[in-house]
Amino acid sequence: MKSVMVRIALAATLGAATFAVTASATSAQTLETVKARGTINCGANGTLAGFGLPDGQGRWTGLDVDFCRALAAAIFNDPNKVKFVPLTAKDRFTALQSGEIDVLARNTTWTSSRDTALGLNFAAVNYYDGQGFMVRKSLKLNSALELNDAAVCVQQGTTTELNLADYFRTNKMKLKTVTFATADEAVKAYDAGRCDAYTTDASALAGERLRLAQADDHAVLPEIISKEPLAPAVRHGDDQWFDIVKWTHFAMVNAEELGITKANVDDQMKSDNPDVKRLLGTEGKFGEAFGLTNDWAYRIVKHVGNYGEVFERNVGQGSPLKIARGLNALWNKGGLQFAPPVR
Amino acid sequence: MAAVETGKAKTPLWRDAKARGLAYQVLLCLLIAFFAWAAISNAVENLARAKIASGFGFWDNTAGFDISQTLIPYSTTSTYGRAFWVGLLNTLLVAGFGIVFATILGFLIGIARLSRNWLVARLAGFYVETIRNLPLLLQLLFWYNAVLKTLPPLHESLAIPGGGFLNNRGLFLPQPVLLSGADWTFVALAMGVAAAVGVRIWAGRRRARTGTPLPAFWVLLALVMVPPLAAFALSGFPVTFNFPESGRFNIRGGIEVLPEFMALLFGLVIYTAAFIAEVVRAGILAVAKGQTEAAYSLGLKPGPTLRLVVVPQAMRVIVPPLTSQYLNLTKNSSLAVAIGYPDLVQIFAGTVLNQTGQAVEVIAITMAVYLAISLVTSGLMNLYNRHVALVER
Repeated sequence: MKSVMVRIALAATLGAATFAVTASATSAQTLETVKARGTINCGANGTLAGFGLPDGQGRWTGLDVDFCRALAAAIFNDPNKVKFVPLTAKDRFTALQSGEIDVLARNTTWTSSRDTALGLNFAAVNYYDGQGFMVRKSLKLNSALELNDAAVCVQQGTTTELNLADYFRTNKMKLKTVTFATADEAVKAYDAGRCDAYTTDASALAGERLRLAQADDHAVLPEIISKEPLAPAVRHGDDQWFDIVKWTHFAMVNAEELGITKANVDDQMKSDNPDVKRLLGTEGKFGEAFGLTNDWAYRIVKHVGNYGEVFERNVGQGSPLKIARGLNALWNKGGLQFAPPVR
Repeated sequence: MAAVETGKAKTPLWRDAKARGLAYQVLLCLLIAFFAWAAISNAVENLARAKIASGFGFWDNTAGFDISQTLIPYSTTSTYGRAFWVGLLNTLLVAGFGIVFATILGFLIGIARLSRNWLVARLAGFYVETIRNLPLLLQLLFWYNAVLKTLPPLHESLAIPGGGFLNNRGLFLPQPVLLSGADWTFVALAMGVAAAVGVRIWAGRRRARTGTPLPAFWVLLALVMVPPLAAFALSGFPVTFNFPESGRFNIRGGIEVLPEFMALLFGLVIYTAAFIAEVVRAGILAVAKGQTEAAYSLGLKPGPTLRLVVVPQAMRVIVPPLTSQYLNLTKNSSLAVAIGYPDLVQIFAGTVLNQTGQAVEVIAITMAVYLAISLVTSGLMNLYNRHVALVER
């Protein structure tokens, strides 16, 4: 009889634990939960140079990583109050849906079905990308259209997988896809000669190429076969949190546009420019409307920097990837980064 | 109890061990039912609140991705449902081949470990102790890299006599295509098998009656093999081969065996065989030594002793744990995801889940499928076990 009692007690505790977890998962008060916890749980890549990768000391770097740091700076005035959760492409949405993470900043393409059926809200595009191919130079290919009949290594659970199939179908080419759960495995198999080409977003190709045994033997083909707007995402159902995540990116873009940098942000606090004053919180109470402090954008720029600084540091000229701004330049410099005004 | 016997005072219900036990069980069942209901309704409510799609409507939507090995026709315009069947068949394919080869290898190793030859026994022991103490995932990654790294690239393919190729894109073999007239071969094969079964039964009865054995094996083999071969030759060899041909990037045509399949099969067979070897060894050791001695004293030679006396008795001990090894092999095949073999988990619980975002439904289906495969396997093995089990007379 005793054992039955023990079992009932066990079942009850387990059940209660399950409830606790599921109940917190769907709370609409993400900001309150995050503040109470003291850290943001940020779903990150973990294996992609330039976007999300821990270095030798375990310190995370990357464009998406800095996005989460900016979010932490805005909320806590401390960019280090982030717990990075490394996720594979395949597991990332489930992690966000189930509440394991508060925000997903993992070079994730914004698509209609993800925005609707998957229950996600994409905040703002923090990197405009497109899909490309990497091949061995020894194949002497000039175009992706010459890839008929090729074997292509690809990571599972990505828009890449679908674009690849579409591209070959549209161009009436035969295809052999070899699909792997992680980008690591896919690149390794490509490097070992299992595939003729490796395909993923062009930004990632630049980083992956540097990790190959003989980087110079490989080249990226000129074709970009898709639109990949990469955007941080949150769950449906919490508008306040959605706004905060969205405007964290806009604050960084606006700061760049107004010439506010990590170095000069303290001087800019004395600026007379009304746009600068509203952004940095020296005029108006725009931060409070988000549930944050009025100097939220100041904190972001002070701790992390503006969008241009973050870009150059992680993927641009200040990084080994040396990716040009291209589509990611500000709208007034020929790019697509355009943020609504703070007012 | 004394009170009940005298009938003077009834035991109060709460002190009756039987009633109390029943009450606890009912309570437990109610609790479990409540938790199940709470969990399900909670999940449904949360999904609805987060506006996440639910239900099984995705089944007929276009999948849009490519799969490297398809046993049934599949294209990128096929549905998610079709992709599910492709994945399931790929799982069954590797599990089926895996079980057959692991059984053969496992029995060989298990018997070798009992060999009187010192070297053979030690080698078998070394194999078992090494393989079963290394994680399977590690072994699969090892075999995959070993397969990819040792095989030559496409343009240095090893030619296999008869028109096949072997390279790091896979094994390519000529595919036989049957022409009209080939039906007679199958008719002859069916007749041969029927005749062999008849002879086997007759030979068994004759041996039981007279004690004279028939050289049954060779007779049976001839009965099965000769008629179809004769029919094949008489109908003018009605077969042609679809030979693999080397293209610019890949080899097309013929039968293609993916390196992922080879690595997975290799890894699963080698790993599971180590466990089966131990099961077999235990089974044989469980047969009392007196049985062997009795067989020898009746004049049986070591071969027939093993075949007729020891193995039939050992099977009773071997079959139940062997069943769990078969189940393990099937379940372990889901590690395919690590090396890019398109099994059920990789295709359905991987890509389909990710694209539809319907984790609850997809995982539930996947678990139900593995449960069904396991129950069928263990059901079949239980039937066989009943056949070999000790029949008490």
